[in-house]
Amino acid sequence: MSDTSAAFVRTEQVPPSPPPTSATGPVKWAKDNLFSTPLYSLLTIAAFYFIYLILANTLPWIANGVWGTSSLAECREALNGVSGGCFSVLTERWNQLLFGFKYPADQYWRPALTFLLFFAAAAPVLFFKLPRQLLLFTALFPFIAFYLIWGGTILTPILALVGFVAGYFVYQRFVAGSFAAGFFGGIATAFVVWIIGGMLIPANANEGALLSTVPSRDLGGFMLNMMLGVTCVSLSVPLGIALALGRQSDMPLIKWICVVFIEFIRGVPLITLLFVASVMLAYFFPPGTTTDLFLRVVIMITMFSAAYIAEVIRGGLAALPRGQYEAADSLGLDYPQAMRLIILPQALKISIPGIVNVAVGLFKDTVLVSVISMFDLLGMIRGPILASTEWNGVYWELLGFASLLFFVVCYGISQYSQWLERQLATDHR
Amino acid sequence: MTTMTDPPQESFRLSMLLNDTRYRSYTFQFIALIVLIASAAFLMSNLFSNLAAAGLNISYQFLGTPAGYDINQTLIDYSSQSTNARAALVGILNTLLVAFLACVTATIFGVIAGVLRLSNNWLVSKLMSFYVEIFRNIPVLIWIIIIFTIMIAVLPGPRAFRGDEPAASMVFDAIAFTNRGVYIPAPVWGAGSLLVVATFLLSIVGVIAYRRYATKLLYDTGRLLPMGWPSLAILFVPTLLVYFIMGMPIGLDYPVLKGFNFSGGIKVGGPLIALWFALSIYTGAFIAENVRAGIQAISKGQSEAAGALGLRQGRIMNLVVLPQALRVIIPPLISQYLNITKNSSLAIAVGYADVTATLGGITLNQTGRAIECVLLLMLFYLTISLCISAVMNVYNNSVKLKER
Repeated sequence: MSDTSAAFVRTEQVPPSPPPTSATGPVKWAKDNLFSTPLYSLLTIAAFYFIYLILANTLPWIANGVWGTSSLAECREALNGVSGGCFSVLTERWNQLLFGFKYPADQYWRPALTFLLFFAAAAPVLFFKLPRQLLLFTALFPFIAFYLIWGGTILTPILALVGFVAGYFVYQRFVAGSFAAGFFGGIATAFVVWIIGGMLIPANANEGALLSTVPSRDLGGFMLNMMLGVTCVSLSVPLGIALALGRQSDMPLIKWICVVFIEFIRGVPLITLLFVASVMLAYFFPPGTTTDLFLRVVIMITMFSAAYIAEVIRGGLAALPRGQYEAADSLGLDYPQAMRLIILPQALKISIPGIVNVAVGLFKDTVLVSVISMFDLLGMIRGPILASTEWNGVYWELLGFASLLFFVVCYGISQYSQWLERQLATDHR
Repeated sequence: MTTMTDPPQESFRLSMLLNDTRYRSYTFQFIALIVLIASAAFLMSNLFSNLAAAGLNISYQFLGTPAGYDINQTLIDYSSQSTNARAALVGILNTLLVAFLACVTATIFGVIAGVLRLSNNWLVSKLMSFYVEIFRNIPVLIWIIIIFTIMIAVLPGPRAFRGDEPAASMVFDAIAFTNRGVYIPAPVWGAGSLLVVATFLLSIVGVIAYRRYATKLLYDTGRLLPMGWPSLAILFVPTLLVYFIMGMPIGLDYPVLKGFNFSGGIKVGGPLIALWFALSIYTGAFIAENVRAGIQAISKGQSEAAGALGLRQGRIMNLVVLPQALRVIIPPLISQYLNITKNSSLAIAVGYADVTATLGGITLNQTGRAIECVLLLMLFYLTISLCISAVMNVYNNSVKLKER
């Protein structure tokens, strides 16, 4: 038998024909992802109708929005019966929404500048690739921010800074011998500096200061939310670490103090803690002293978020393999060294997503201060703005604006957390 | 031969309190104890001197005095002459009511959204992730106020239901959505209705017994009894029979418009609806994420192995995936329930009379007993959350992987 007996042999490849239109391009995509089964087709149509309903109602409302009028009545007139939003409330009350209604208007540049500097201070903490020297500015930022927002004599923030620097030097001097000696020595030094310095600052130093004094009760608007969120989160991380370590401790007394504190705080709603701050905490300060509401609220919110952060960090500590603790012991490290050099860097890395979750939750919870009559963003909206004769009844524009602000900040933070998690993933996948 | 001697007994020296790890922990705990007692004493002495300066004392007698204010939504009898303790009890029941309702609906929203987010339908899963992101990233207080505003600003007043050509009408002639609240029909319990309810309860027991029997039969003999329609039949047929034999004892009292307002039926106040709906839809977004994570935590091999054994799709879900996913889903679910209970304290922002609004709000302001009220309030929430964590621990122990 030879090959030549075949009647026909194809010598070249048949050119591939393009797939039918139903199996390619957008048609196939829609078929696979939107209309694969009758039930899914039904769902898709329902979803499209739902989206249409929402867009049909909101888009004209936004597009017809009025931005330039000075009261609701004028705005209604300008709209002339057409559906549209009175966004002029945002432009007219912009400063009140951001800074509250009592912050002196000619001083708005101070919180605005602080807000800009905040990004410079936060950048080296958030992005590890930036040069580490920038952290020096981050360390200075709390003092600058305090001076810019509250004003008064510059001696107060300088004294606070000097106390911290002195404490740090004492800590550096003694930490080689024993961590406890360095730590407590540093704290003691800082207090000594503050007490001596406090006596040296004259009582009338605030008069005629370069920046006029702004009392805490004049703070308000979204600025108040930002200040509470940033202050309380940054204060509660170290406190949370201490509580988590205390809860893991072998010493029963320390352990039980931490357990009771954490479980108590986590068991009650934040609003009862804010009640404590507004009506009860003042009774626990020494007689004759007055502490302003802002400080009391900061104390309670910090305790609240520290308890939650402690639980997150405890999870991180528990997730570390036992071998890490044993390796630290076998190197001859004592407890503070083992924690600082081996355990905490790894445990904190595992805990970052959880800490960010707590931070987002805490930032959202700062609107609760409006319940104890502080005029934060929501307090401003529900109080002075909606109660005013010009803007009585402008609900959706204001609530939508507040929602948008919170959404942008919280969504941004959670996206950052996911990015950071990918950056820190050192396991080999 | 030399004799072994004991190592010299080291006597205790004072310096060992600092340098010997065996004793150092006692030193630290002793210092901690001193600091604890000192700070407690400091705070207490401040408290008592401040109280003395203000002419106050700690006393719980205000609980027995008449409250003097009205509560518009109560589950038990209450008037302004009732005691403050009674007002607090009304508040506690209202808290539990809204927490229970919100837990049920949040679970439903969350499970639906979590499952749909995993669906192959691109549009639906995108829509669900949109829902989750929007609701998780905006404070729940803002949601409560938005929904409350919808209730009072968008829904029609009772007046709109009047006239020959009313601007608004009742849904199914039974439910009226007004800006004063939602009016729903109330059940009227006639003679013999107890028998109907008892039959229904017995039917539930019957369904459980039937299912047990069917499972046992399946394991013993391999014979599979139908589950679906017999359960439904056992559940409803006897109850309906008794209902008609007794002459339809349970009726409905429909709300009707009389004068300026609706009367009859049950009025569910606007604040309750706003709080309930906002809490459920907000927490639903969190539960959706838990559900999604739980289902994704089950490796694909599990459902493939079940498929290889010849199980149908529904049985794979019921017998293989869900039991394992629930182990992951339920602990965070229970802590979401705890969050709902704690967030229900935001009722004070919309005027729903929960325990924070009665005990921590009006009673506190009227009697000036700040410390007592806040302490009682905290005690209540602490009890609830300790109970819920106890339930969670029992559950966690019961589903723990039994490793050998």
